[in-house]
Amino acid sequence: MIAHAIVFYIFSLIAIVSAIMVTVSKNTVNSVFFLILDFISISCLFIMIGAEFLGMIMLIVYVGAVAVLFLFVVMMLNVAQQKNEWFNSSGRSSHIPVGLLVSIIIFFELIIVIGGWKYKPDLLDSIAIEINTDLTNTQSLGSVIYTDYIHLFQLSGMVLLVAMIGAIVLTFRQRSGVKRQSYFKQISRDRKDGIELVDVENNKGVKIDA
Amino acid sequence: MLSIGLGHYLTLAAIIFTIGVVGIFLNRKNIIVILMSIELILLAVNINLVSFSIFINDLSGQVFTLFILTVAAAEAAIGLAIIVVYYRKSGTIRVEEIDRLKG
Repeated sequence: MIAHAIVFYIFSLIAIVSAIMVTVSKNTVNSVFFLILDFISISCLFIMIGAEFLGMIMLIVYVGAVAVLFLFVVMMLNVAQQKNEWFNSSGRSSHIPVGLLVSIIIFFELIIVIGGWKYKPDLLDSIAIEINTDLTNTQSLGSVIYTDYIHLFQLSGMVLLVAMIGAIVLTFRQRSGVKRQSYFKQISRDRKDGIELVDVENNKGVKIDA
Repeated sequence: MLSIGLGHYLTLAAIIFTIGVVGIFLNRKNIIVILMSIELILLAVNINLVSFSIFINDLSGQVFTLFILTVAAAEAAIGLAIIVVYYRKSGTIRVEEIDRLKG
C-alpha cells in the first residue's frame, strides 16, 4: 500500500510539473517534450491502477503519433518566431490577471465538487459492464467494444477516416512550375504520335524539323 | 494520505485540467501551445473516466476513454493541418497577428 502511494505521488508530481512546463516553457520544442513526459507518466498511472490496455494505447497513440506530429509541425514551421513569452509581454497584458482569476475559480469549483460528492445509493445496481477479474483488462475491453459498442467503434473509425482525408485535403497544394507525370497522356499516346518513319536518300541525311 | 483513493486521482485530474485552461487563457503568442493545452484537458478527462471506471468496477468508462483518445488524435491532426495551411497563406502563426475576423 505504501509503495503504491509513493509511486502514485511520484508519477503525479512528474505529470503536474511537466504539464506546467508545457504551458510556460519558452521554446515550443521543449513544450512538446514535456507533453510527451506528461503522457508517459499518466499512462504509467493508468497501468498502475489496472487499466493496462488504455495505458499502452495512450503510449502508442499520444507519444507515438500525436506528439511526433506536434514535433514535426513545430520543427517544420518557423520556430524562431514562436517564442512563448506571455509573462514578460509588453503592452496588452491585461488578460493575464483575469485569466488567472478565472482559472483559480475553476480549480476551486472542481475541488469543491471532488470534496462534496457521494455515490448515489443504487449505483452498484446500475453498473453497465462489471469488470471481470478473471479476464485481463485487454480481454474484457475487447469482449465489449466489438459487441456492445460496435456502432461507436465503427463510428470512431469513420472519425479517423474523415480526419485523415481532411488533413490531406487541407494541406494538399498544386505548385506551379513542377513537372509532373500525367498517366492519362502516357497511356493514351499511340504509335503515330511517337514514331515517324522516313525514307532517307543516299548521302542526304535527315532534316529534323523541331 | 497513504491510501490512494478516488479523490487523489480526481484531484490530479482537476490540477491538470486547470493547467490546461490556464495555458489556453494566458497564452497569447503561440497557437501550437494552445493545441497542446487542449490535449492536456482531454488527458484530465481521461484520468477522471478511468479512475471512476476502476473504483466503481464498471468497464464502460474505459470504453469511453478509448473513444475520447480517437477523437483527440483526429482533432490534433486536423488542427495541425489548419495551422500549416494558415502559415503557408499568411506567413505567421502568432496568435496576436491572427486577427482576420477582428474579434
